[in-house]
Amino acid sequence: MRLQFILSEIGIGLRRNLSMAISVVLVTMVSMYLLGLGLLAQRQADTFKGYWYDRVQVTIFMCTEDSGEPACDKKAVTEEQKKAISAQLDQMKPLVKNVYYESEQQAYDRFQNQFRNSPLAGNVRVGDIPQNFRVQLSDPTKYEVIVSSFEGAPGVGAVQDQKKVLDKFFKGINYITIFSFVLASLMVLCAVLLMATTIRQAAFSRRRETGIMKLVGASNFTIRFPFMMETLLSALVGAGAATALLWATANYGFNRYLNQLILDQAFIGVSDVWAIAPWMVAGVAALSIGTSWVTLWRYLRV
Amino acid sequence: MIRFENVTKVYPRSTRPALHDISLEVNRGEFVFVVGQSGSGKSTLLRLALREEQATKGTVLVAGHELGRLPHRKVPRLRREIGTVFQDFRLLPNKNVYQNVAFALQVLGRSGHAIRQVVPETLEMVGLAGKEKRLPHELSGGEQQRVAIARAFVNKPAILLADEPTGNLDPTNSLEIVRLLDRINRTGTTIVMATHDDDIVDQLRKRVVELANGQIIRDENKGVYGTTR
Repeated sequence: MRLQFILSEIGIGLRRNLSMAISVVLVTMVSMYLLGLGLLAQRQADTFKGYWYDRVQVTIFMCTEDSGEPACDKKAVTEEQKKAISAQLDQMKPLVKNVYYESEQQAYDRFQNQFRNSPLAGNVRVGDIPQNFRVQLSDPTKYEVIVSSFEGAPGVGAVQDQKKVLDKFFKGINYITIFSFVLASLMVLCAVLLMATTIRQAAFSRRRETGIMKLVGASNFTIRFPFMMETLLSALVGAGAATALLWATANYGFNRYLNQLILDQAFIGVSDVWAIAPWMVAGVAALSIGTSWVTLWRYLRV
Repeated sequence: MIRFENVTKVYPRSTRPALHDISLEVNRGEFVFVVGQSGSGKSTLLRLALREEQATKGTVLVAGHELGRLPHRKVPRLRREIGTVFQDFRLLPNKNVYQNVAFALQVLGRSGHAIRQVVPETLEMVGLAGKEKRLPHELSGGEQQRVAIARAFVNKPAILLADEPTGNLDPTNSLEIVRLLDRINRTGTTIVMATHDDDIVDQLRKRVVELANGQIIRDENKGVYGTTR
């Protein structure tokens, strides 16, 4: 019976303060959308980087039978050639800090993960990405030493400097991330202040009811819970709307456009939105509950 | 039932105490009028009993609870044992008579079945049977106060505090309201009623406690209002 009463109080409260509830929905939606953009920008950066970017500086791709590199002469790398490359890398310590060998299967698996949103993923087979040595340097600025030592060596198809390829994208992504997070922080502050104001207004407009509830001995929970739930529901609707907007952005901006247009880079997609959505919703819930608890403690004493 | 032991109450930013070293005991089942001029401390006395304010000095005991030591979270439980009636009725304007009385039970989680049984009985007791669907603005002042009394009494509290319940009523309605409170008192509920109304006090001849400048100057059984107006 009390649950029914509390639910009806929540309904009455939302109806009475509909315009304020809609304001909370909209402000939460905008702030979470901006926050989500910042998070997706970070995920885009991580997607660009893939598994190896932060771990190694130089990649030495081996020859395959299908390699178009003149040095390969349409022959796959032999075991002796691989051993020679590995031994040469070993002799280059301490400049070479770590060497990671990646087989064709491992390369394929990592490619599928990185390019999960690209139509390219379906066309790649095991063996299309050559086996390779990933080299971590103690001094990343000396990558030219590796490039010059191995370019054209027997069994070596290509020597690639990771950072040269991707650094130009990261500056732009970093600006987007900073901009989004700064705006999102301001909007989150707006959302918090608006939630607090909404609760105060709701408490004032229902002061007769809460006054009587206090007099007859209603518990703190019975009096405060409907206000908290109204705020939480409005905030969750806002978070849901933000998620829908992010989905639309990812679906129409990435899945259906960039991922189809630019095939040699990995982009985020709808799956990334589903990855960040639970955290956003949980954050909004925690924020609204925390804000309403503090506001009610200050302005609705039992 | 209610005991004040050397109670002083000084409001913040006030130099004069609202109540000064008063001691008073109200036993179970008593009917007590608290009389005095405006500013004598009548409402403060009731507010202390309800734990809306806390005494600056002294001890207040209500229904076995020492209010000065009662944790904040237990105050709602205390208030379930106390019904309160005010001069301005304090009804919910958008709820009808039945809903206003039922509200007091709904917030405490009473079942629908219990509410449907108890509310009509209480309305009949206060003389409002047949007017369940009326809204407060469709009732007279006396009827509105009956609704307020019904709401205060529907949970069968041990104590009923009335702060000038006849202040907005004409003499005829005032007497009816106090007679209703008297009937409630005969069911065993302790009643403490603050009032200016000398006619009522003189007619009922109950215990009278008179306050002046925050102190008890008179406490007599079967008393009259006295000369202080």
